[in-house]
Amino acid sequence: MKNKAGTMITTNISWHDITPGGMVYGGGTAASFKTGDWRTMKPVFKADACTQCLLCAPVCPDSAIPVTDSKRLEFDYDHCKGCGICFKVCPFGAIDFVKEEK
Amino acid sequence: MSIRDRLSGNEAIAIAMKQINPDVLPAFPITPSTEIPQYFSQYVANGEVDTEFVTVESEHSAMSACIGSEAAGARTFTATSSAGLALMFEMLYVAASSRLPITLACVNRALTGPININADHSDSMGARDSGWIQIYSENNQEAYDNFIQAVKIAEHKDVMLPAMVCQDGFITSHAVENIELIEDAAVKTFVGDYSPEDYLLNEKDKLAVGPYDTVSFYLEHKRQQAEAMINAKRVALEVAAEYEAITGRKYGLFETYKLEDADTALVIINSTAGTAKDAIDALRNAGKKVGLLKIRLFRPFPKDEIAEALKHVKAIAVMDRAESFSAAGGPLFAEVRSAMYDCAEHPAIVNYIYGLGGRDVRTTDIESVYTDLDTIVESGNIGETYRYLGVRE
Ligand code: SF4
Ligand code: SF4
Repeated sequence: MKNKAGTMITTNISWHDITPGGMVYGGGTAASFKTGDWRTMKPVFKADACTQCLLCAPVCPDSAIPVTDSKRLEFDYDHCKGCGICFKVCPFGAIDFVKEEK
Repeated sequence: MSIRDRLSGNEAIAIAMKQINPDVLPAFPITPSTEIPQYFSQYVANGEVDTEFVTVESEHSAMSACIGSEAAGARTFTATSSAGLALMFEMLYVAASSRLPITLACVNRALTGPININADHSDSMGARDSGWIQIYSENNQEAYDNFIQAVKIAEHKDVMLPAMVCQDGFITSHAVENIELIEDAAVKTFVGDYSPEDYLLNEKDKLAVGPYDTVSFYLEHKRQQAEAMINAKRVALEVAAEYEAITGRKYGLFETYKLEDADTALVIINSTAGTAKDAIDALRNAGKKVGLLKIRLFRPFPKDEIAEALKHVKAIAVMDRAESFSAAGGPLFAEVRSAMYDCAEHPAIVNYIYGLGGRDVRTTDIESVYTDLDTIVESGNIGETYRYLGVRE
């Protein structure tokens, strides 16, 4: 995240240079915010049990189940917060839900 | 060419709003400010303005709608009083910290309880630390003039803060007085278009407003917000000078009345200043050196200028039309006395809580305060600083 002058906003930025009211310039900046490290539980994808029914991807509140060519891919662990909704929704037991080990 | 008219304070504000023709006006009715959105909704119905008038279910929603539309890039006004302002409380802070120059007409009314619909300043004084610019008005003319100027102060690029323009409920909001209006086109030219640097409807430069702020950045954002309020003092004077050029009416950070050679002085906000001027004229005729300082800008608080204007006075009474229940005096007293601390020789300063819940203040009440100040000067004994005016013992 940068200010208008192009200075990166880090914990060294002075009050003169910070953006007014914390305005965030540019779109889609949430992608660079790694929310995955908040996780205490973790979903595990078992590709061999998956039928690609795609019930899981749209219910993920963090858009952490990428889909390409009508197929879901591995979890995006940078953003998955480990809520377990996908695990509850999967009708085919293709998602495990385990304790996050760090 | 100015236009002579006879208007209530509420209608004067509504006409100022009509002349500016804002993009959005969300409002919820509450006595005594109800007439402002009521008049304005007629202008909308008659096609006299292009404004999107948003009817909401509460003042919390009114201020929330103001925040959304102002962030989108739309010039936005609203009006409220008393409990309505209190219900906006949370959102007032969001508007200020998000640096959204909304302009609000605050028609001062007592806060419950006991429930009361008449004038005092407990509503806007409760919001004094919310980060809004506060401008106070003695009469209808000032309410009109201050509202037009407030829009320009708030939207200045070095400020970008919301502003509330206050006047006394019923006393000026409902009393009809002679007034001089500026022509519509001149008002529009004076205020200009609202063209913020950053706004949500700008499809070219994407933007997010009002994000969560972590401990590493919140202090810097607050310091930056404080700088905007510091700047507002200079900008208010610049805007006043421009306003004087087109109207001939002079505004400053505050107004002084016969203060230059005064031995004793009052500091007052809003309509009671008019009563005090009458009392001062009578006392001056009787040879007494009495004067007045009437607050216009309360936020930002022009502490240095106030101290400079009052430092030669022997005894000062700061008049608070609001309690703060500090058991030590009202909010204006605390600020004025703090401002005087840096003077080499402090005048004696006492506080009077007066006029709560619309209690009438007569010239004889004001004269009694000057008599009390004379006693302090003569005896050299200040006595209790926290006093009530006109309360039945
Ligand atoms: S656990 Fe929750 S956040 Fe993670 S992928 Fe599943 S639904 Fe999304
Ligand atoms: S819900 Fe289960 S089976 Fe369906 S796509 Fe997701 S992981 Fe595969």
